[in-house]
Amino acid sequence: MTEILFMVFAAVAIGGAIGVVAGRSPIASLLFMVATLASVSGIYVLFEAHFLAAIQVIVYAGAIMVLFLFVIMLLNLGHDYQRDVKTGLWAILAFAVTGLTAGILGRGFLRAGDISFYDRFGAAAAIDQAIAEQGAVGVIAEPLFTDYVVAFELTGLLLLVAIVAAVVLAKPRSAEA
Amino acid sequence: MNEMQQLDTLWFVIFGVAKVLGVFTVVMLGVAYMTLAERRVSAFIQDRHGPNRVGPFGLLQPIADGIKNFIKEETMPGTAARFYFILGPTLAIMPAVVTFAVIPVASPLPTPVGTVDMIVADVPIGILYILALSSLAVYGIVLSGWASNNKYAFLGGLRASAQMISYEVALGLSVIAVLLLAGNVTLTEMVWQQQQLGLWFALPLSLAFIFFVISAFAETNRLPFDMPEAESELISGYHTEYSAMKFSMFFIAEYAHMLTASALMATLFLGGWDIPIWKGDNMFWHEGALIQGFDASGAAIPATPTVLKTLLTLAAFTVKTSFFVLLYIWVRWTLPRFRYDQVMHLGWKVMLPMSLGYVVIVAATMLVLDQVGVPFGLTYGLALTGVSAICTVAFLFFIDRDRIISGAHRRKSGRRTAGRTLASGERA
Repeated sequence: MTEILFMVFAAVAIGGAIGVVAGRSPIASLLFMVATLASVSGIYVLFEAHFLAAIQVIVYAGAIMVLFLFVIMLLNLGHDYQRDVKTGLWAILAFAVTGLTAGILGRGFLRAGDISFYDRFGAAAAIDQAIAEQGAVGVIAEPLFTDYVVAFELTGLLLLVAIVAAVVLAKPRSAEA
Repeated sequence: MNEMQQLDTLWFVIFGVAKVLGVFTVVMLGVAYMTLAERRVSAFIQDRHGPNRVGPFGLLQPIADGIKNFIKEETMPGTAARFYFILGPTLAIMPAVVTFAVIPVASPLPTPVGTVDMIVADVPIGILYILALSSLAVYGIVLSGWASNNKYAFLGGLRASAQMISYEVALGLSVIAVLLLAGNVTLTEMVWQQQQLGLWFALPLSLAFIFFVISAFAETNRLPFDMPEAESELISGYHTEYSAMKFSMFFIAEYAHMLTASALMATLFLGGWDIPIWKGDNMFWHEGALIQGFDASGAAIPATPTVLKTLLTLAAFTVKTSFFVLLYIWVRWTLPRFRYDQVMHLGWKVMLPMSLGYVVIVAATMLVLDQVGVPFGLTYGLALTGVSAICTVAFLFFIDRDRIISGAHRRKSGRRTAGRTLASGERA
């Protein structure tokens, strides 16, 4: 059952990703992107990463992509009559990066041998146990606010700096400045 | 989830399907009768009769409306983006109907084959599931506004996206206060924690309750926040070009959203299916057994689920949810619509900083109470209630700025306060 669901989600995710780059209308590309994000979130659920799945949908599909949609519609971006796919050097570069990533993933997959891909480290059982003890959020929150608290706070600071910078850039220059 | 410990797979599937069908039917019927309730209550408020011809008290009116919508002509604007025009209503209705799945509606029901939880899916992420799906609701509105190729529809869609993103932030932050107190994100556990505290979260987290209700109104696009379909400015906003069943789907989505939001408010802040004071209905799965609570030594007291308890708690849940549904209707026919800049001002400059500050205050109070060693119970709840009451009063005085709840000394000193609006207060 899990395998079938995984295949379905994976197929939708890959199909959506192809749709994003191949589509002509930016709105269609955006909706393909949402489909991809939703499928990845479904795969997270299969991996027992419920919290990540929810966050994936809330942050990416529910907020960032809505903002993209807002901008695309407001500025009426894109041309229905011409493809935006870049060719030449860009295409070669894109295939090289994709190939490299696929190679790394494939290597990991082959090394797993006869153990199922998700059960490689006996992770499923351990995660089930942790969720039962700490809840779906606690599993993420505990290491985030203990072991990785410095990195977490620094990321927050970085985002704050980015937001302040964006506001400063977007602000109209007044005469005295 | 929990049923798995009690039911075997076959019965789990049978009860699962039954619950899905049952909840779907009840939500759809609820939506139908909410439209009738809206029309009757608005008629009552405006001293009219309302629809009362079809069946006794107009009770068959929603069915007549449904049939009418099915047989009306579907229009398709010539310049509309056809695919997205049809996709819009579909995307709008989907999140509205599936979010109800994680809300527990009654205490567990005993059956000959095992105990059945009265919740469709007790997912471990509970409230996050609702936040995630309701954040997708905006796509339906924005896409249909854009696909209509009509400036009013388009403006409605843009307003909807800006408004729903803005209030999602305040909504999320007011939920954080609840999460802090409940210590978990599943809604079954939240009901349980309210039973253990002996107080519904509306009291110890009164300010979060107020913020949540306001944000929920904004998220469901109801008056005074119905900017996306403001008929005096935008004809009817994003669904201007829709007719017949496609229009009906937006309508159903809006009311289903209201119903889910009402049920959610009842669950988060009014104890869900809990019956106040009576301890006999407290039930929770703890280490594979249904318990009623812990005695003084910390040992679990087993609970006895009965059919009667399930029915009573279901009634309690229905009453609480109906209260919020009526509140929605009452507010709609009482308050005028905000201006768009007022909506954004309230969302970003009032609700966001205030709810953020409130989370800090709640967390600090809980830290102090934990450090002092107050056990999680009535004293704990009352201490938080006191702190929250102070915050709420301060908030109400700030947001009111002497307009409605000014003290008697203001009136005596003859200071003019009635004519000030939110916008002029903001400039002052």
